[in-house]
Amino acid sequence: MGVIATPDRSPGSVVSQVSPNWLTTRVDFLVNWARSNSMWPMPFGTACCAIEFMAAAASRYDIARFGMERMSFSPRQADVLICAGRLPFKLAPVIRRIYDQMPQPKWVISMGACASTGGIFDNYAMVQGIDTVVPVDVYVPGCPPRPEGLLYGILLLQKKIRGETLADPSIRIEQTLDEHGLRLSPERIDELSEPFGNSLHQTRSA
Amino acid sequence: MNPSADALERHFGSAIRRVTESCGDTIVYVELGRLREILAWLKDTPDQAYIYLVDVTAVEYREPERPLEVVYELFAFSRKVGLRVKAELPKDQPLEVDSMVPLWAGANWLEREVYDMFGITFRGHPDLRRILMWETYAEGYPLRKDFPLRGRFSRSEQVRQALNANPEAHYSLEELGIAESYQELPADMRGRLARGERGQIAEPKGGA
Amino acid sequence: MAEKRTLDVALGTTGVDERGLPVTVPLGFEVPDAGAVEEAPEVGGEHMLLNMGPQHPATHGVLRLVVELDGEVVIRVIPHVGYLHSGFEKLGEYRHYNQIVPLTDRMDYLAPMANNVCLAMAAEKLMGIAITERCKVLRVIACEISRIISHLVWLGTTGIDIGAITPFLWMFQEREKFYNLQEAWTGARLTTSLTRVGGLMADIPDGFEDGLRATCRSLLGVMAEVDRVLTRNGVWVGRTQGIGVLTAEEATNMSMSGAMLRASGVDYDVRKDRPYLDYETYDFEVPIGEHGDVYDRYLVRFEEVLQSVRILDQALDRLPDGPINVADHRVILPPKHAAMTDMESMIHHFKQVMEGVPAPVGEAYFSLESPKGELGYYFVSDGTAKPVRWRVRPPAFINLSALSKMAQGHLLSDLIAINASVDIVMGEVDR
Repeated sequence: MGVIATPDRSPGSVVSQVSPNWLTTRVDFLVNWARSNSMWPMPFGTACCAIEFMAAAASRYDIARFGMERMSFSPRQADVLICAGRLPFKLAPVIRRIYDQMPQPKWVISMGACASTGGIFDNYAMVQGIDTVVPVDVYVPGCPPRPEGLLYGILLLQKKIRGETLADPSIRIEQTLDEHGLRLSPERIDELSEPFGNSLHQTRSA
Repeated sequence: MNPSADALERHFGSAIRRVTESCGDTIVYVELGRLREILAWLKDTPDQAYIYLVDVTAVEYREPERPLEVVYELFAFSRKVGLRVKAELPKDQPLEVDSMVPLWAGANWLEREVYDMFGITFRGHPDLRRILMWETYAEGYPLRKDFPLRGRFSRSEQVRQALNANPEAHYSLEELGIAESYQELPADMRGRLARGERGQIAEPKGGA
Repeated sequence: MAEKRTLDVALGTTGVDERGLPVTVPLGFEVPDAGAVEEAPEVGGEHMLLNMGPQHPATHGVLRLVVELDGEVVIRVIPHVGYLHSGFEKLGEYRHYNQIVPLTDRMDYLAPMANNVCLAMAAEKLMGIAITERCKVLRVIACEISRIISHLVWLGTTGIDIGAITPFLWMFQEREKFYNLQEAWTGARLTTSLTRVGGLMADIPDGFEDGLRATCRSLLGVMAEVDRVLTRNGVWVGRTQGIGVLTAEEATNMSMSGAMLRASGVDYDVRKDRPYLDYETYDFEVPIGEHGDVYDRYLVRFEEVLQSVRILDQALDRLPDGPINVADHRVILPPKHAAMTDMESMIHHFKQVMEGVPAPVGEAYFSLESPKGELGYYFVSDGTAKPVRWRVRPPAFINLSALSKMAQGHLLSDLIAINASVDIVMGEVDR
């Protein structure tokens, strides 16, 4: 149900000179165990998915089981930015700024179809996927995804975190933006935003 | 048919262009120049008493030669009847209407939205700024029929403009009607405000 | 000691400049022809401009509030909306009437079935379709369930804003029970897309009626507990009484609707004053407040939940048998087995799916009492299957415009309580 995205590795990334050994793998295990089991989410809830996120945080589905009950509304103290809901263009600089304000290590979960690809809103107002603005680690499809779906996405993210290693600092490098503030090339953004499926048929007004 | 339509025709004569009924609703088309007068009469006359403004919106038809219409939906609590008043705005003239904010304070945000979506300006509106799109939005007026569904610019250009729009930097003059904090603003913002500019988004280098 | 003053600049729009933007009056101490400036501004005062949002836990979605503060006292608050503008009304012009139903779920996502019902009824008004009796009662059930779940969220989140965190979990637990019912009926917990023009997507499943009665009983128990915890609680009363007062004249003039209007003493409920779905035959009361403060809005919404349970009981008792869809298959899809076997049904199915149902030339405005207020849909049709204009009269948007009036002179923490009492859902505010 969730998709793990590979990080955008900028060219020239420096891989540490320390080769992985027994000690680094033990340290990795400890660090990743701590990080994955106590992720503090930054709920960037915009629309309907935010309600399902709240339901996931409530008694029945309870993300406190996964160490995530401490919602951090300040990005400075958050680990994972959960973009729950659609992202209009007016909100794009806001999520970019909030993402920039989060300290490393940080991850992003794109919850819902609108955050992942623009969803049913293929129009002038909607960002066609938050990955055109911030790098995403896990995409959770659904409209809205059930709380179980979000939990699966969280588990996938935990699995991803457990697979990280301190020996490779490139995964924690902040991606540089070009002079316009874009993280991807314009051609790539246009390619990601291409309409597909039923969007192709909505060109005629009458 | 709502009896207010007859009362309007008797009182305003030729300023009432036509009266129609559609799906049980009474619609009155009025002359644009006398719109404020007519709506004030409907609101203030005791036996009309349309004290509740339900909605202000605009309609553009698919046929390009048809004028735009600005639509006022009214309701009278005392008699529990509604009325729709419309005025036509030909497209070859500037799209301007008198603001109804002096009559109903609820028209404030509703008219701002009509301005944002259609480009119709409201004379006398206390704070006519875009409300749903950001203030420096450059693509146009989204609900016009010549505005394509996905907007005029490419997606990457839209993302670029959105990321550079920085809505928090454009405080309205009402917000900054505080002379005291003028000194604390950044220098470029002070310059911008002193010149009355809304700020520009830099053109993309090398074209986009 | 001199009074602290702020500089008021008259902003009459004098026209439009060459870029099509309204002419602005430059900020300066010599403002030409402004008219409203009588004295030189006070130098040395200390007002703070605070920006709350658009990402903020207390703003109930992506709302940005720019607050001018004199210490803790709010001098002025200016809400900025549009951070969730999704272009719904534009999208509606590219969709058949039935294809707009899923769009409506996503506007007021706390009460999706009410939006669905409003859309179907507006389209039926436009097309002149009369629905079946069973469909009417089921739509009443859908509307009242939506009212209950929306008010439960409102209570929970308002409690959190004011400091009472426990009711939030109780409310969400009750909502889960309603979500079970919604899911059994429509297949989705939140984005229900329940209605179709001329009927519903599906009839209620077995066990729905018993489940709904049981849920209503448990809900009444939880509401009694919330009542014990909040209604005469000194902290709650102290934080909500006298806060954010809106008089009846102000509320009417500002086009308020729903609990915002009724808490100020104006007796206007679309179910009573412009009845639809046979609401005039149901026995229920509409709570009207007196003082127009946050506490009255709490009492009004609380009582509305209890009245909704009353209506649900009556609706379940009177639920007639029969079809949920109209018999006219030019308007609504025929049953699948007929479409697979009977040529005429197959053609109806094909035409509706491929071309949509054309509406006659005309226009219709239909409003219903959504939990947020008067939700109205205005359709203009040119004879095709896609509307020329779909206008959503958003109660939350209009109610929010009163925020600056209500919050003047209160403390910052009261601003949070007032903002919560407006009961906004940004999907509807921004559309």
